[in-house]
Amino acid sequence: MTLATEMMDYALILAFVIVGLCQLMAMIRVVIGPDTGDRILALDTMVVNAIGLIVLMGLSQGTRIYFEVSLIIAMLGFVSTVAYARFVLRGDIIE
Amino acid sequence: MTYEIIAIYAVIFCLVVGSIFTLVGAIGLLKFNDSMTRLHAPTKVGTVGVGALLLASVIYNGVFNEGAIQELLIMGFLFVTAPISANFIAKVNMHRRACDAPPELPEGEQWATFDVPATDADISDPVIEKA
Repeated sequence: MTLATEMMDYALILAFVIVGLCQLMAMIRVVIGPDTGDRILALDTMVVNAIGLIVLMGLSQGTRIYFEVSLIIAMLGFVSTVAYARFVLRGDIIE
Repeated sequence: MTYEIIAIYAVIFCLVVGSIFTLVGAIGLLKFNDSMTRLHAPTKVGTVGVGALLLASVIYNGVFNEGAIQELLIMGFLFVTAPISANFIAKVNMHRRACDAPPELPEGEQWATFDVPATDADISDPVIEKA
């Protein structure tokens, strides 16, 4: 039991580090992205990575109260991606 | 006792798989050299990456808390919305002429992405800016 829980602590730290690194990489793509599509895609990836980070935080604290947070962020991320794309495509969000 | 140990190893496996796929997606997003090519790398993050992390949370809460499969809602929502947003971003790339031009269509037809109403004609010609 102790070995398994110790390994899980290390796996959680590894996952935190890797997902945070991926968040930084997506942020670099937001900054250097040569075109608007790249920036929208990188922001979408950052939203998905944020969901992963929140799930990891709930897992490390052993609580379930972050479930609603990640669900709402998932919905808002999709809506904002579609809104950005529509704004570029049509010049307006709601016609 | 052994049941819980097996569950913890399953959680560890899911965490490692999820973080590896997330890393692969982020490296692809950063290293590919074309807008349309970059589009396909972060799909790994959206499906297997976060899916495995959510699965780890489901297993952990199912064994050590009173059970929670609501995380599967997030997984299903991401699976449903990822292709839609990818389609929108691809249309943005086509609209901004950030990729190769699509093939020519038969006479009198036009790609739906470039088919804008006359009232929106002032925005139909995007500014082409090369980095």
